[in-house]
Amino acid sequence: MEKVTKDNSRSKILDALLADKDITVEDALENEMILNMGPQHPATHGVLRLLLRLDGETIVSCVPELGYLHRGYEKMAENMTYLEFIPHTDRLDYLAPLSNNVAWALAVEKLIGIEAPPRAQYIRMLICELSRIASHLVAIGAFAMDVGALTVFLWTLREREKILDIWDILCGARFTTSFTRIGGVANDIQPEAIAKADWFINQFDDNLAECEYLLNNNRIFIDRLEGVGVVSGEDAVQLGLTGPTLRGSGVEYDLRRDMPYLYYNDLDFKVITYNEGDCLARYFVRVDECRESAKMVKQILSKLPKGNILTNDPKKVLPDKVEIYTKMEELIHDFMIVNFGINPPVGEIYSAIENPKGELGFYIVSKGEGHPWKCKIRSPSMVNCQGLPHMIKGRMVSDVVAIVGSIDPVMGEADK
Amino acid sequence: MEIKELLTQKIKDKLPDVQFTTVEFRSELSIIINKKDIVKLCLFLKDDPDLAFNFCEDVTAIDWARRNQRFTVVYHIFSMKNKFRLRLKCDVEEDDCKIDSVSSVWKTADWEERETYDMYGIHFNNHPDLRRMFMPEEFEFYPLRKDFPLMGIPGSLPLPKK
Repeated sequence: MEKVTKDNSRSKILDALLADKDITVEDALENEMILNMGPQHPATHGVLRLLLRLDGETIVSCVPELGYLHRGYEKMAENMTYLEFIPHTDRLDYLAPLSNNVAWALAVEKLIGIEAPPRAQYIRMLICELSRIASHLVAIGAFAMDVGALTVFLWTLREREKILDIWDILCGARFTTSFTRIGGVANDIQPEAIAKADWFINQFDDNLAECEYLLNNNRIFIDRLEGVGVVSGEDAVQLGLTGPTLRGSGVEYDLRRDMPYLYYNDLDFKVITYNEGDCLARYFVRVDECRESAKMVKQILSKLPKGNILTNDPKKVLPDKVEIYTKMEELIHDFMIVNFGINPPVGEIYSAIENPKGELGFYIVSKGEGHPWKCKIRSPSMVNCQGLPHMIKGRMVSDVVAIVGSIDPVMGEADK
Repeated sequence: MEIKELLTQKIKDKLPDVQFTTVEFRSELSIIINKKDIVKLCLFLKDDPDLAFNFCEDVTAIDWARRNQRFTVVYHIFSMKNKFRLRLKCDVEEDDCKIDSVSSVWKTADWEERETYDMYGIHFNNHPDLRRMFMPEEFEFYPLRKDFPLMGIPGSLPLPKK
């Protein structure tokens, strides 16, 4: 058999292929090839494109390409009032729209300097935790499906469907909710929604355990994930990972506890961490967080205070619709708020909440006008995707699917 | 000592040649510094054991349109030890649209700076891979600058021929 050196390899390989002969190459890297994965690939959760440089089946390097779903939300936010931007936050992380609504409302309220009444805050906490469960259920299901366990996807989506039904009662939409308002929420929570949430939480633990049983005893599932995509705690902080991806690496960082917002101080919950830092650890974090969130929903439902759902600040908060039709003052305020915006003071704030995917932050600069002068979305999915090259390097092509699934990026959010 | 006092005191003691002013709004602390000091200050804030700003949350910029110093680059950094968030701001002129990259300090800044470059056209010196983040590589404009119209510029993105 003929040996080939670096400088003449390409033509020699071609000749050998044409003549149907065997050939050995001295430098293995001469064999490397570029594989383009995505943007249209079922396992990339949307339109993530990964350029992989392969040596055999081992990945030498990986370059993620983002921007296939870039809609320019930051530019749009600069050209609309604070209230008008609420529906657009639904389209960021479309698996947990309510959570994004809350993040935006909290950011604008911090800028104006008002606070929603306790009942509205509790409703916000409730929807945040429900959307965390819903998002994690999709993440677990899709993740399992990516590595070959199809049934779990159907089972977790069945559970998520029940949460979407609660949202349906709560705000009349299953997906694009736009539920929060500046200074509160759109409507009070209905007794049916509370009853449904209560029923859901009581049956959820058993059903989750059922899903978990399918996976935790599945040797193929464990073997494909254990020790894959390892990222140490130090690297995870350095890369800026947040959410389950960070906590799967053993770093106890959760904004609900570290920078409390809403009434998370009143709730009793654990911050879930696993020390392994591999795909399996990230899966375990998600499952345990679902359980923890279910416990929190129980506490919220038992503590839900009575009172208003909108704060009383006529110049900043939209009045009730009945009052607009019957009272002069409210009509004027409604006209001013809708047409000219709520004009927060000159200043800048950064407000972040713990979304299912990680830290979702809004940086808003106000010049005292009805529109934000600048709005930056700190999206967890985008920053988490930055960890991909680190995790993927040195693994096989089939592991890429598992690693992307374990990070659970939503491209609507990553591409803004 | 409270973290805010400690912070300003430490910078004054350890980095006497760094000029800075502080602004507080809604109990968030901003430090405004000269752009030549950014990497030095960031390294200090990260490595100091008492401050330990180990987590870079966000890098972005603001376009002030008609102001003399047109851009401001904004960094949000977080200290997990003190549970404290700090904002750093540096002004950048339009004629000299460059600033040193902090991606050697925090790896997160890599993509965040790429995004800022993509959206505002601010160059980051010593950046390992300064390419556009979202827009296509051949795109000539910077979309988040205030002189870029909301509807876009017709013909700026090549479309397939009829």
